[in-house]
Amino acid sequence: MRIRLAALLVGTALTFGMTFAAMAQDKVTDKNVKIGVLTDLSSLYADLGGEGSVVAAEMAADDSGLKAKGWKIDVISADHQNKPDVGAGIARRWIDTDKVDIIADVPNSGVALAVNNIVKEKNSILLDSGAGSSELTNTQCTPNTVHFTYDTYMLAQSTGGAMVKAGGDTWFFITADYAFGHALENDTTAVVKANGGKVLGSVKAPLNTADFSSYLLQAQASKAKVIGLANAGGDTTNSIKQAAEFGIVKGGQKLAGLLMFLSDVHSLGLNVAQGLNLSETFYWDANDQTRAFSKRFSERLKTHAMPTMVHAGVYAGLLHYFKALEALGGNPHDGAKVVAKMKEMPTDDPLFGKGVIRIDGRAIHPAFLFEVKAPAESKGPWDLYKLVGTTPGDQAFRPLSESKCSLVKH
Amino acid sequence: MSINLQALSAQLLVGLINGSFYALLSLGLAVIFGMLNIINFAHGAVYMMGAFCAYFLLNVFGIGYWPALILAPVLVGIFGMLTERTMLKWLAGLDHLYGLLLTFGLALIIQGVFQNYFGSSGLPYAIPSELQGGINLGFMFLPIYRGWVIVCSLVVCIATWYLIERTRLGAYLRAATENPTLVRAFGINVPRMITLTYGLGVGLAALAGVLSAPINQVRPLMGADLIIVVFAVVVIGGMGSIMGSIITGFALGIIEGLTKYFYPEASNTVVFVLMVLVLLVKPTGLTGRAV
Repeated sequence: MRIRLAALLVGTALTFGMTFAAMAQDKVTDKNVKIGVLTDLSSLYADLGGEGSVVAAEMAADDSGLKAKGWKIDVISADHQNKPDVGAGIARRWIDTDKVDIIADVPNSGVALAVNNIVKEKNSILLDSGAGSSELTNTQCTPNTVHFTYDTYMLAQSTGGAMVKAGGDTWFFITADYAFGHALENDTTAVVKANGGKVLGSVKAPLNTADFSSYLLQAQASKAKVIGLANAGGDTTNSIKQAAEFGIVKGGQKLAGLLMFLSDVHSLGLNVAQGLNLSETFYWDANDQTRAFSKRFSERLKTHAMPTMVHAGVYAGLLHYFKALEALGGNPHDGAKVVAKMKEMPTDDPLFGKGVIRIDGRAIHPAFLFEVKAPAESKGPWDLYKLVGTTPGDQAFRPLSESKCSLVKH
Repeated sequence: MSINLQALSAQLLVGLINGSFYALLSLGLAVIFGMLNIINFAHGAVYMMGAFCAYFLLNVFGIGYWPALILAPVLVGIFGMLTERTMLKWLAGLDHLYGLLLTFGLALIIQGVFQNYFGSSGLPYAIPSELQGGINLGFMFLPIYRGWVIVCSLVVCIATWYLIERTRLGAYLRAATENPTLVRAFGINVPRMITLTYGLGVGLAALAGVLSAPINQVRPLMGADLIIVVFAVVVIGGMGSIMGSIITGFALGIIEGLTKYFYPEASNTVVFVLMVLVLLVKPTGLTGRAV
């Protein structure tokens, strides 16, 4: 009897001991990192993010130099199918059971805003590159989110501002009917009005529309000087192609592709896309460093495409994340703590140059206004842009003085 | 909202253009279902293959749009006949569900393979030089190519209807679906006829693919996005009814066009709302026979 009781006591003690050990282990700083790339692997944003973002994350892990110092870095990925509920489900599972430390990329603002709430609730990290909504670092900002590559405010300032200044003072919007499209339309409307322009109307087209002719006819009938395309990916390429068909540009109206990626221009072809103005924060052919990265990238990608700015943002954002981890002396598995360190250290990487991550989570770097080359000017299948203007980082993004982010002290 | 008559007529015409695609695709589905009793979920995938086929003919072999209009449907049709001979044949007489699952699986595989090699944003295909430009109709600027799509689709739809409902060959076909054993007893090779019919249905989808290549990007998922709407069209028109699917195709294109004008947010759901209403009132579809 006494032996049994002793055994029971020892057993209980052991169980408790192990539980405590397990609980403590959760917060122990170690050298293991797990990255989850949550992206669109199958639909309209798969070329601007997708498999390329996974490759970019793997390259960042390889190039961080941490593996040689005994760190263990895993990269996993999943397809959110552009559905916020699907994306949120994956994010929860990743954080709760797969022990993912950081969720990267997440194109589609609807999904990104859902994941944004989850990482805050669970003290994980969202390193967003693919989504556009500037709300991620404005009203919806969290201490766990970094928004790296671009946002709708910057696109509105750079492309929208340039077009109004060039005389395009009346606008009509064709807007993708979800969070990103609405944000882009609102941000651009503000820029147009601030520069003395007028918005004549807008139409909301469902996401992933194949035929834009109805919307284009409404835009044509509005007689606006500029037709602003507040959409992305396949929606943008379809609207531009069909606008050419309906003689919209020949009729004197201008198209503003408010968000266009290298992959879109490449797939449209220069015959249709030539002369379009667009804004990006990264172009593969900008300097020796971006060319070197892009060459390595396209060799690893199955389709051998050049990287978009979203891919570049995943790479550069994760490099900065690794630097912060190294400065912390290990991975504390504490999202807010790592993000605070990322904000404290200035960013410096081969693709975006020197910059900072502000208190609201916004990464600051210059924005470039490009013009799509004419077929005669292009020397190769990916020689697509010429630089026509640069907006310095401190002017490209929403100033903190206008911010509604709760982390910003006014 | 004030109704602008000019804008409205423009939207009606645009709806008619989209209706041309719905009609061509739902016609193929109706032919296949009517003659083979197979719910062909691979229809969107073969539509996409038609567009890709036109792209390859042009960029690899230098064969332009006009020959592709004939060649691509024939090539994709042959692919269709091969799948019928090697796979679908074995499902004859089984529940509809088997054919549906097999063709759905096929569609996923085909789309996956194309997406693996060509990505998702697609490839450009230019409008043939003869059909570039447009005509100003007063109420709208009609691109010549879109006008051509309406004409071409109408001609093909009516020819197919005539072939099946008014010719001796069509009579054999319809007889073979009613009673294959009896028709075989008259010395007609029924299995070969079934294979050819499947090829015809698939060829119609591929033709729609070629027609749409210059309008949309040639994308691996172009069919997946469209096929669900087309199925709704077939359900509304009545499974297996040739004329029903043609008329419903054009009509729904117009209704969708009007929705895009009055309440664009609902434009990709209006077809399904109609489908629900029709199913509630007349479960066999507007012109359909009982399944």
